[in-house]
Amino acid sequence: MGRLARAGPALGSAALTGAARLLRVPGRRGRTGADGDPGAPARWQVVTVDRPPEQVLPDGRWPEPLRRLGGAVEVRVRPAPGDRGTELAARPLAGGTPPAGLAAHLVGDDPGLVVRRALRQVKQRVEAGEVLRADRSALDRRKAHG
Amino acid sequence: MRALCWVAADEVAVREVPDPELRNERDVIVRVRRSTTCGGDLPLLAGRDPLLRAGDVLGAEFLGEVIEVGPAVRRHRTGDRVVVGASVACGGCWYCRQGLHSCCDNSSADLASADPDRKGSDAGGFGRPRAAGGFAGGHADYVRVPYADVVAFPVPEAVDDDRALFAADAAPAGWSAAEVGAVRPGDVVAVWGAGAVGQLTAWAAVRRGAAQVLVVDRYEERLRMAEWYFGAEPLDYRRTDVAAELRERSGGRGPDVCVVAVGWSAAGRFGGRSADHPDALREAVYACRKSGVVVVLGGSAGFVDAFPLGTVTDRRLTLRGARRPDLRDVPMLLDRMARDELRTEQLATHRLPLEDGPHGYALFRDRADGCVRAVFTP
Ligand SMILES: [Zn+2]
Repeated sequence: MGRLARAGPALGSAALTGAARLLRVPGRRGRTGADGDPGAPARWQVVTVDRPPEQVLPDGRWPEPLRRLGGAVEVRVRPAPGDRGTELAARPLAGGTPPAGLAAHLVGDDPGLVVRRALRQVKQRVEAGEVLRADRSALDRRKAHG
Repeated sequence: MRALCWVAADEVAVREVPDPELRNERDVIVRVRRSTTCGGDLPLLAGRDPLLRAGDVLGAEFLGEVIEVGPAVRRHRTGDRVVVGASVACGGCWYCRQGLHSCCDNSSADLASADPDRKGSDAGGFGRPRAAGGFAGGHADYVRVPYADVVAFPVPEAVDDDRALFAADAAPAGWSAAEVGAVRPGDVVAVWGAGAVGQLTAWAAVRRGAAQVLVVDRYEERLRMAEWYFGAEPLDYRRTDVAAELRERSGGRGPDVCVVAVGWSAAGRFGGRSADHPDALREAVYACRKSGVVVVLGGSAGFVDAFPLGTVTDRRLTLRGARRPDLRDVPMLLDRMARDELRTEQLATHRLPLEDGPHGYALFRDRADGCVRAVFTP
């Protein structure tokens, strides 16, 4: 916006609109395909897992629960710099076929969410040995204890 | 079971709630013997955290007996007396492996995946909002402790409950403040805030060889405690010009390390200011010697306006922050407690049954009756 501000008073309204449009474009393309730009590929969601790739993907196979998203996401793996393990990335595949039950989650307002959750669970399983569950809410409990 | 629950702003109550249960293989269930109020509770108490829900159980620091053990727990058996660190941590992520348990990647329940833009740490804590990835707290008959092999520590027989309780958070927080500030032999160290964490920071600085440790507060009882038990020099900011005093006592250089432990609290109506000492942070930044270190402790600092950033750059200061403690120092601190090198029981100025929790919180919030910490026994 710096250039606009300096030119301020001399700019006609048409020029302003044009400039504003120009300025907006990169911002938009930088976002995921979720916000209305069908041409843009979805953004990669990435976690760093503090273990070597062979432990993150034993026998080169996708770990659960990422495997359940097979056909719907693409996955990228590379060693993290500085001995920090493995960078595990995934993103919804354009035109992919999500497994039943996940389709809605892979479109919606935040299609990255289901991917992030899967990546985070992979990370937790590998690093902590289990996926940490929240305390039960008072409501769950009331139901359970009848 | 009974538990001290948050109800509404400035209102807590002891209520009957369902017992906790093992939810993960690495969990244990602890029957609580002692729990304490802490400064981080105050913004919650005041209702400043929008994620807190009525019924959430408070209590970040506690000690008790293991009564149930998950199948993947290796270090604990039923009957063990344990103090539970205030940071939930997995022990296996990069941060945990560096000893930075307060930054654990895997200890908040599913929050980071929901919101990658969240600016907080991912580590979970006890007595913190469930909606923020936290876990039910220790002001209760029983507590679920996740990742128990990492988070819970056996208490040596020689250390009684009232002393060991402070190994949960206050002692490791103080120790790590001195460490983060890189306190060295011969240093002059100034600590703002003579609550439990401030006092234990002073103690840690003395142990690390500081030549002089000054503690700034306005509560005389607290200042006297810091002096008597931990060898700090008291500065009452109501009676003296702190900046001038610090300059004078440090040969005109300013303290090498300044620690702000004032408990960022509720009274900062606009966030980020301490009720007790609103200008503590600015005072510390101005006082610190050139190229010195300013350490800022405490929860809910939020936003701070009119921060003297120019002083940080002009004087080449290092600014460091910490909230929850890391866990690596807990065994060492318990050891020092067992050798009477560290005494903390006097910080429990008020011992009350859990039923009196609401009264205990009122005393603690208002610093009434010389209260440093209110400690509850279920
Ligand atoms: Zn961890």
